[in-house]
Amino acid sequence: MNGPIRRVGIAVVVLMLILIGQVTYLQVINAKSLNDNPRNVRRILDEFAQPRGSIITADGRIAAQSVPAADQFKYQRQYPMADLFAQLTGYQSLTYGTTGLEAEYNDALTGKAIVPGNIVDALRTKREAGSVILTVRADAQEIARTALGGQKGSVVVLDPTTGGIVAMYSNPSYNPNPLAGHNAPEVRAYFDALSKDPSKPFIPRSYAERYPPGSTGKVITSGVALDSDLGITPDSPAYPTLTSLKLPLTNSTLGNFGGGSCGGTLAQSFKVSCNTTFAQIGLDLGNKFPPGLKSFGMYEAPPIDLMRPGAATNTGLRPNSFAVDAPQFASAGIGQQPISASPLQMALVAAGVANGGRIPSPHVAAEIRDAQGATVQRIDPGIWKTAMTPQTAAQVTTMMVSVVEGGSGTKARIPGVSVAGKTGTAQQECAAGATKCPPHAWFIAFAPAEKPRYAIAVMIERGGNTGDQATGGGVAAPIAAQVLKQLLALQ
Amino acid sequence: MTRFRNPRNAELGLGLLAALITVGGYVLVELAKQSRTDQAVELPADLWIFLAAVIALFVLAHLVVRKVAPEADPTLLPLAVMLNGIGFVVISRLDSNLGRIQAIWTALGVAGFIAVLVTVRRTRVLERYKYTFALLGIIALLLPLVPGLGAEINGARLWLRLGPLSFQPGEAAKVLLVIFFAGYLVDKRELLSAGSRRIGRITLPDPKHLGPLLLAWSVSILVMVRQKDLGSSLLFFTVFAVMLYIATNRSWYLLVGAVMFTGGALIAYQLFNHVQERVGTWVDPWATAQTTGYQLVQSLFAFASGGLLGTGLGLGRPGIIPNASTDFVFSAIGEELGLIGAMGVIACYLLLCGSGFRIAMRTNRSFDKLFAAGLTTIIGVQTFVILGGVTRVIPLTGITMPFVSYGGSSLVANWIIIGLLLRISDESKRDAIPDHEAADAIEVRS
Repeated sequence: MNGPIRRVGIAVVVLMLILIGQVTYLQVINAKSLNDNPRNVRRILDEFAQPRGSIITADGRIAAQSVPAADQFKYQRQYPMADLFAQLTGYQSLTYGTTGLEAEYNDALTGKAIVPGNIVDALRTKREAGSVILTVRADAQEIARTALGGQKGSVVVLDPTTGGIVAMYSNPSYNPNPLAGHNAPEVRAYFDALSKDPSKPFIPRSYAERYPPGSTGKVITSGVALDSDLGITPDSPAYPTLTSLKLPLTNSTLGNFGGGSCGGTLAQSFKVSCNTTFAQIGLDLGNKFPPGLKSFGMYEAPPIDLMRPGAATNTGLRPNSFAVDAPQFASAGIGQQPISASPLQMALVAAGVANGGRIPSPHVAAEIRDAQGATVQRIDPGIWKTAMTPQTAAQVTTMMVSVVEGGSGTKARIPGVSVAGKTGTAQQECAAGATKCPPHAWFIAFAPAEKPRYAIAVMIERGGNTGDQATGGGVAAPIAAQVLKQLLALQ
Repeated sequence: MTRFRNPRNAELGLGLLAALITVGGYVLVELAKQSRTDQAVELPADLWIFLAAVIALFVLAHLVVRKVAPEADPTLLPLAVMLNGIGFVVISRLDSNLGRIQAIWTALGVAGFIAVLVTVRRTRVLERYKYTFALLGIIALLLPLVPGLGAEINGARLWLRLGPLSFQPGEAAKVLLVIFFAGYLVDKRELLSAGSRRIGRITLPDPKHLGPLLLAWSVSILVMVRQKDLGSSLLFFTVFAVMLYIATNRSWYLLVGAVMFTGGALIAYQLFNHVQERVGTWVDPWATAQTTGYQLVQSLFAFASGGLLGTGLGLGRPGIIPNASTDFVFSAIGEELGLIGAMGVIACYLLLCGSGFRIAMRTNRSFDKLFAAGLTTIIGVQTFVILGGVTRVIPLTGITMPFVSYGGSSLVANWIIIGLLLRISDESKRDAIPDHEAADAIEVRS
């Protein structure tokens, strides 16, 4: 019987070798792909079990922190300022992953990005979490939220030289704390409720939603026109005074706001936001218009360190399409369809004018610090676009100052401070079933005009509380003034 | 290799080593637990008690072997201690309450081991009562089906509940039926291998000799299928086919066994949803990663996260896998002890089976040969079925990992198997003169 026993023994050896082969495959050969599998919760759990650094505002308030928890995860992520910062911090959720700053600076917050100083640090099993210091101020966020007064819309304020965002708040927002909970069914119920909310609180309107910029787009049109070789200056030529402009290739016309008549030089037209003049400039620029828009970053999403790419600025204005799409060029000249942009994008346009024509790369974080509080990385992405020559920027600034001093934006005046601004009242297609179609109210500005510290964009969706009587100058300009005034008073 | 003049000294040395490894693992688990609380890490207070208990248990078993089976194989007991120790460490790491219960079962297992060695001085006693054992085995298999006695746990009705205790009589049935098969096959092997009917080139044995075998076989299979315990069903099938093959040296028994098993598996696939589920998750666990494939997918992740060296005992996350302490205990080992640890465990089984088959080949009595080979095959096949299941070599079937999985009945049964193998081993070396069935002794060439 020994023969068969030996053969059975050999068979058992073969079976064991098969097991060894398979275990080797799982633990070594295929291990990386299994570890990287998105269904593998081990990596997320590891991150939850690690201390995670704080996100701290420029004025020293805590936007996100980890506190010890009694459950299996040991740490609970908290967002002390809840909805005020939700659209910046994002959230770290077991169930829904990580978003916003939490995702963008995940490596810094978990300590992965911090290069160990020596071999002992490298061997230490517990990584020391770093913290992220923001350019955003908590008090500035409060000011922005208060100024919006519950109206749907956004306020974006940035430093026009560095691109550091000072405030970026939009209504409605949401409380991220429940999403960081450790009870999956509760988290899921909360997430589902927010996802189904028709006001879309999950969408950060300030940078991820786009709207036609209306007359604030005339800042861009002016910049492109002054930089072009058409010989346009603020004081010549004089455009005819019209109530409406006949558009080429169609029988339709483009009228002025409220059916009024206006015209004159670029400067005069800019001050009162004269549609017929800017539509004519759009037509005059023709195929030179799209490359000009491009230099303002209008065909892309502004880069921002919030993980989510944000909305690309749309322009349906196709390059070299003037011959077939001329009416679109007239419309683009006054910032209407086919152009649409996020509030962040328009704040960057104001920043570009303020910064001598150069648009800075926007960023929310200022620096990364290690566990001991030493700065390990400064965030300074530099200039994003060169939109205009400094001379053009100076000319546009003068025109923008005149808007606030005696044009459509007088409600943005701040005593003792010269404000450069531009109003925008963007006509909107009617919401489904609505009889009234209130416009979006815009205001972009920077102050002080001679030495800009803040560039701002205010956008109130569908007229806000004012409804269909809303204008950029009536609704958005006072909000911008209020925010700028309070920010300039801060120190 | 050092040759110990007395195999018992080798056993003592190896066993102490296994006991120390167990205690080392226990200390690591305790240290890992403390490190999670951010307090100062220190050696567990009960370390010396635990060390004393492990060594005492082993030394007790060793002394009994020294006394009643002095010539027995020296590797089996240390290997059993090693596997049982690793199992205990991993189980108590997963759930300290289960760890305590497992410790009690370990003591009971060693008691069973000692009881077998002390009471069964001659295997021919077992051979003599083979039909009684067959009856007991079948009763054991049927017991969980009795209303009021049986309990269904995890979709399989193979538990017997008496008050707070539940155990699987099927584990005892394994050993009992192997005794019967070994005894029966020894009686009938001539008839079975010679054959009396010819069909073409194949000679078939007289069905009347095959009858009791087929009966026992089909009863056990039927019962298994009734109880939805496919792993055990596969195990029984394989073990009986292998024993038939060893007894007769007719490889077509294996072929017939394979065909019968395939047929049975196909029928089971058609009849039972849970079989279809298991096969489905084996073919593509990712399709059902959130439902029926969850366990298997988590098991694969556990192995991957362990990598070559493992996360370290107590430092991984094997608790993510449901039933980590029973069916998926090997995944926990793979995660925390790495490929190195997993291979070490497989090597222990390999050595255990090697010793078992060597014992079977060295003994002179046919019954002992079949008995030892059958018992060893149980351990080998059971190991492959469960380890192959959790590593996705074969479809997963719920079956215990010998000595390692949490579960008292299985542990006690495995300790009894080791006791029986040691008895056979000791007997074969001490029997200077072949007994009355010495005819087998001549047959060394087969």
